[in-house]
Amino acid sequence: TCEAEAARAAMGGSASLLPRETLGEYQELTFLSKQEILLAYKRFSELLPKEERENACSARVPKSQILTLPELRANPFQHRICRVFSTSDDRDDSMSFEDFLDMLSVFSDSATSDIKSHYAFRIFDFDDDGTLDRKDLEKLVNCLTGQGEESRLSNTEMEQLIRNILEESDIDKDGTINLAEFQHIVSRSPDFARYGGLQW
Amino acid sequence: SSASLRILANMPSRTIGRSRGAIISQYYNRTARLRRRSSRPPLQQLCHTARPSLRQYDLETDPARATLEDKRSLLVKELLSLSPSQRSHMLLNVPLSLAEKRTLRQELSGQRGPLRQHAQCRAPSSLCGWSKDYIILVSLGYGSAQQLSGALVQAPAPVLSPGSLSLQGCRGLWYRLLSLLPAAKPWHYALKQIGGRFGSSVLSYFLFLKTLLMFNIISFLILLVFVVALQAAYPPASTSPQSFTGLELLTGAGYFTHSLLYYGYYSNVTLNDPCASSPNDSASPLTAPPLPYNMPLAYVFSVGVSFLVTCVLLVYSMSCSFRESYRVGSSAGDLAVKVFCAWDFKVIQRRSVKLQCENICTQLKELLADQQSRSRSLSLCQRLGHSAVLLLAWALSLSTVLGCVLAVHYFSEHMHAVTWGSSERQQEAILLVLPFMVSLLNMLMPHLYNLLATWEKQDSPVAQVYVAICRNLILKMVVLGLLCYQWLSRRVVCSTEECWETCVGQDLYRFVVMDFIFTLLDTLFGELVWRLILEKKLKRKQKPEFDIAQNVLELIYGQTLTWLGVLFAPLLPAVQTLKLLLLFYIKKTSLMQNCQSPSKPWQASHMRTVFITLLCFPSFLGAAVFLSYTIWSVRPSETCGPFQGLENIYKSGKTWVQVLEKSNPNITWFAWVHQHLVENTFLLFFVSGVLLAVIYFNIQVVRGQQRIICLLKEQIANEGEDKIFLIQKLHSVYEQRER
Repeated sequence: TCEAEAARAAMGGSASLLPRETLGEYQELTFLSKQEILLAYKRFSELLPKEERENACSARVPKSQILTLPELRANPFQHRICRVFSTSDDRDDSMSFEDFLDMLSVFSDSATSDIKSHYAFRIFDFDDDGTLDRKDLEKLVNCLTGQGEESRLSNTEMEQLIRNILEESDIDKDGTINLAEFQHIVSRSPDFARYGGLQW
Repeated sequence: SSASLRILANMPSRTIGRSRGAIISQYYNRTARLRRRSSRPPLQQLCHTARPSLRQYDLETDPARATLEDKRSLLVKELLSLSPSQRSHMLLNVPLSLAEKRTLRQELSGQRGPLRQHAQCRAPSSLCGWSKDYIILVSLGYGSAQQLSGALVQAPAPVLSPGSLSLQGCRGLWYRLLSLLPAAKPWHYALKQIGGRFGSSVLSYFLFLKTLLMFNIISFLILLVFVVALQAAYPPASTSPQSFTGLELLTGAGYFTHSLLYYGYYSNVTLNDPCASSPNDSASPLTAPPLPYNMPLAYVFSVGVSFLVTCVLLVYSMSCSFRESYRVGSSAGDLAVKVFCAWDFKVIQRRSVKLQCENICTQLKELLADQQSRSRSLSLCQRLGHSAVLLLAWALSLSTVLGCVLAVHYFSEHMHAVTWGSSERQQEAILLVLPFMVSLLNMLMPHLYNLLATWEKQDSPVAQVYVAICRNLILKMVVLGLLCYQWLSRRVVCSTEECWETCVGQDLYRFVVMDFIFTLLDTLFGELVWRLILEKKLKRKQKPEFDIAQNVLELIYGQTLTWLGVLFAPLLPAVQTLKLLLLFYIKKTSLMQNCQSPSKPWQASHMRTVFITLLCFPSFLGAAVFLSYTIWSVRPSETCGPFQGLENIYKSGKTWVQVLEKSNPNITWFAWVHQHLVENTFLLFFVSGVLLAVIYFNIQVVRGQQRIICLLKEQIANEGEDKIFLIQKLHSVYEQRER
């Protein structure tokens, strides 16, 4: 329609548009508003090289590019986030636009605590075996306390910490924390939803 | 052995987190349960395990054993049987990837029948749909240009989504409007900057400031529309105004005395009264009849309504944040919670991330050390010593509070004696000394309390913070209480004035302005100068910390002053609004330049509950009590203000009811209601009784739920033992087979 042409001309350049049915679909299926989806589209296409910006909807952005986003650049969980949200078949952690939207939706402020805790569990599950065992917990604590040598916990402290965590959260006493137990623990903290929100 | 490990890896409790099929079958179970229970509301909203009970287990119909496509079609069938809103809610909350959700949605819309979809497509382009996009465009333009320049946008064509029938479309429009409102918020980018660098706890201070700003703007608008604007349109017979010197901005006296700012300016007559105009008016009969406006009534009702609205908003936000932060059955031991919920994803700058890692490490180490020391029980001697130190610290802080109160009392008497023999200008300057002294005390004493707290060494660092807040608050509230007593009894302050309400209003104005000046000085010296000293003289890398508790209490103090003064100076909320606006920018600049994020453990939402509760209970309640006492029991002055000559302010309302009764005998029920419900104390007792019963009932419900939680935990532990037993059996079976 001529209105669409005018809008395109006003925006300038060969900016490609998001089809309006998909915009509506995305808004119904994620926790993002239309405005946020459009902003996400803009940011996603900026990560692509110029030639591929036309079909940003079907392109995949390699992991190295995703990690240049300021919100993920310094995050210690950046690799896990890319792994969890990526639906790539080659397991190279590249993200399509829908994966990107998934990530924004889960981290938005309007996402439910259920969804956030589900994905947090998957992010913290470093070996992808469906539970958090001792090794996962150790890696988690090391991520939290930073990579520097001075700010790591000593071995005894780590042992004590992991023992306490398992005592408090492992209800069926099998030595690991599964999704249900994790969600139960996290529902006790009202800060989880607040801290687990990225402002884009 | 590897075979048993493979079986273990496929257990439902382990696959739910990661396999699509498991998630789909879990949500199939949830929707089935939802459908069966849709006649009565579910007792628990969350249903964590999806393990079917073994008694009802049937290998043939177990959905967990079906293939992925079968599972998907089962889920689609279940979703079709739900109502559209429930269906979209379910789809939104399924933790699957977006591609999977789109497939499900397409299957759903495909199965719902092509005819229905076609009919919806042919629905006329709803105004709601078109205006939706228009509003999006407008808000896109409204949002900050730097963020959204070049945003890709659709031409404003009507949007047809399945299910956008007119009523639902309008509701959708309302939801869209609501979702757009946050994006059009002011200070959105500034708050993002602060959160990104300092984390959620410092951000909570600025959000609290925004909340206070909203309260003040609402009060100001109510008073502006109903009182101030009308009095400005009908100014009373003016006394000769004094010339404007700059000192008025500080003292509020002089030029401002006979202005809209204070109580004394407002008239006690009905404005625009038709009876007052002469009957032989030469005005043409076509002029509209003037609307009489009873100013005293408007004054007292506007103040009452603004307090009521503030009360409702406060109680609502307090209940919201309390609901967020209170959890049933949260027992002791929160190390796991701390570890899982420690990471604040809002922090994005590299330096701040590193700082956050260090903070988390320090906190964890402190908690672990605490636990170790607690497990080693203290000897009797040490415990006695510790209690003695605590008692001494509290005695010291309470005695300093008493000392401050006495100092303020004698100082104000002394000042009053001094003003007798001095010139006009000197008198006005002397008026500033008492607010100066009170603000000075409020600024210095908290530092003393911080020193006391470090000497005291509380059990946990969180308790240390709470104790410091408590002491600070006691000081401020007791000093304010003394000042209120002085204002109402008028034995020292304002005893010579004819129009004592204006005098009290001026005093409160001075306190508000002085509080602002001292906050600026505190920011300047506490943050800027301290940082320069640390960097240049002491050569330390650390910057001063942003003291959240101290700053929040300053905000609460300023807001209490405003609420106390609304009756006497109706424009005080405007002054406070201006003050808060300036404070936001000054604090933000100082924060960015001079401070680092706090190293003490702060739980942001818990703190938010505490701040709002402190704002409600000592602050707002005290102001409401002060206001009620003034309205009900204090005699207004004879010569100025809207309530001249009346016995008390409440009488104006009573006489109005009597006048109404006389003029219109049909509304005697109103007077009856007023007499029997408002003035009779029986209603109050009845309402209190009902409230107590409700509270008792809720406490019993909570206790019952805690007991159920204990029982369920035991059950789960038993199931866990069963699982371990079966796993061991499985291991032994495979080992035997291998042999």
